[in-house]
Amino acid sequence: MSLFINQLINGVHVGSIYALIALGYTMVYGIIRLINFAHGDILMVGAYTVVVAIGTLGLSPLAAILISIVICTLFGILIEKIAYKPLRNSPKISSLITAIGVSMLLQNIALLVFTPTPKPYPVPLSVEPLNIGGIQVSFMTVLTFGVSIAIMLALQAFVTASKAGKSMRAVSEDVKAALLMGINTDNTITLTFAIGCALAGVGSALFCLAYPSVSPTMGSLPGVKAFIAAVLGGIGVIPGAMLGGFLLGIAESFTKAYISSQLSDAVVYGILIVVLLFKPSGLLGKSVREKV
Amino acid sequence: MLKVVDLEVYYGAIKALKGISFHVNKGEIVTLIGANGAGKTTTLNSISALVPIKSGSVSFMDIDLKTLPAYQRIYKGIAHVPEGRRVFSRMSVKENLEMGAYSRRDKGSLNRDAQRVYEHFPRLKERRNQLAGTLSGGEQQMLAIGRALMSNPTLIMMDEPSMGLAPILVSEIFQIIQDINKQGTTVLLVEQNAAMALSVADRGYVLETGNVVIEGTAKELSNNPEIKRAYLGTA
Ligand SMILES: Nc1ncnc2c1ncn2[C@@H]1O[C@H](COP(=O)(O)OP(=O)(O)OP(=O)(O)O)[C@@H](O)[C@H]1O
Ligand SMILES: [Mg+2]
Repeated sequence: MSLFINQLINGVHVGSIYALIALGYTMVYGIIRLINFAHGDILMVGAYTVVVAIGTLGLSPLAAILISIVICTLFGILIEKIAYKPLRNSPKISSLITAIGVSMLLQNIALLVFTPTPKPYPVPLSVEPLNIGGIQVSFMTVLTFGVSIAIMLALQAFVTASKAGKSMRAVSEDVKAALLMGINTDNTITLTFAIGCALAGVGSALFCLAYPSVSPTMGSLPGVKAFIAAVLGGIGVIPGAMLGGFLLGIAESFTKAYISSQLSDAVVYGILIVVLLFKPSGLLGKSVREKV
Repeated sequence: MLKVVDLEVYYGAIKALKGISFHVNKGEIVTLIGANGAGKTTTLNSISALVPIKSGSVSFMDIDLKTLPAYQRIYKGIAHVPEGRRVFSRMSVKENLEMGAYSRRDKGSLNRDAQRVYEHFPRLKERRNQLAGTLSGGEQQMLAIGRALMSNPTLIMMDEPSMGLAPILVSEIFQIIQDINKQGTTVLLVEQNAAMALSVADRGYVLETGNVVIEGTAKELSNNPEIKRAYLGTA
């Protein structure tokens, strides 16, 4: 029983991180129907920023993490403006290939600058585990879960209630109609990338606190997992990314504990395939309705 | 107020508009009629900058719109009810109207305008919290018109507002177009229902494969034998 609860807690822990990263995939897909393959690499950008900020500049961990979130956001904006915006009216496949190119570019720059040797994430976090109703929960798990939930609630409120959030929804439904309303759709798209990458910045810090090893390709695997989470929940749907993230984290954690850690990825893909067989648009996805 | 001169638009190698000229005076209802593929939607879309113009000019209140991005045109007072309605289907009726008022800076009169829209379309008021995608076709058309009115436009362009509506609803929509016009909004109306369009319009232009072939007052056009035969189905 305690193994079960521990695995559930672990699953929620990684699931929160997947969910945060999945939000970026899903928001960008929702607004320009692009799978931003470079999204996972934003994690790596954030991680190296912290390494440099602490190791070279001698900043405090908190300052370093805050700066890394800003840098991730700026990378998101730059990547959108330089790589994707010029292709706005090109076939989707061009943007998709560009996204893969951006991902490789980021990884290779990191290889050149930082070498392939992994570096330790320089934020040691040793806090006594908390005792919640007789169950030991690590402080990191509580922090990760709390931060993720708070961010998701804030994001949901932003998208449903604020003027900028509503214009995002309008652009994601119909760019031309949004233009006719007077919405500067380019700015809205940029804002979406900025928010998605800021969340990846937060996700990066939380991920590295759990797996404190920084390398040029470190973003690939969590990136793919988060992408699967987004598809599982219904890509383009914000609550879907959260649901998908948590489900994936929990499934992975249980597979590792009860079946085999080698099989965990296979199980993850298996779940994805089964869900998509029965509900191609994902768990919370809306089936695509043709416009009249 | 609106002046279009020698407008040419291409889709790839296809020339959709072959040098169209027309104008709309303040306070008028002007209609563009023509068969499928004549270029009516393309004309409105190029006034809204949704399609690029190859040559020719569009000016509004004596300002050349050439360099004005699409999203800024509503700030100049041009609203566009697009072909096929294009309401935001995953947003509520109320949110759609809010998006229509996106360009407004004077938030004070917003409620008044929403009231005005609800007066024109009481049905929308009943359904204000319903998702637009679940409205009937006629209700969506009302919403699309209401949404455009929320910007308090000087000129409203409507692309086939009667498309797919039952006859009784068609006359209702045309009545509302006249009401909107009486309240001071200039109207550019694209229609295939030429009889209806000419019954409310002051003037009209007939488009045929990217050219203006006939123009005149609504009365002249209604009595023109060629139009009677080709567009009004009477001889
Ligand atoms: N996106 C496009 N790509 C290529 N050709 C187009 C496109 N849109 C319109 N056309 C062509 O341009 C011409 C004019 O089309 P337009 O939609 O303006 O006609 P319309 O008068 O609005 O017709 P309808 O009454 O059927 O709506 C047509 O021949 C059409 O096939
Ligand atoms: Mg048309």
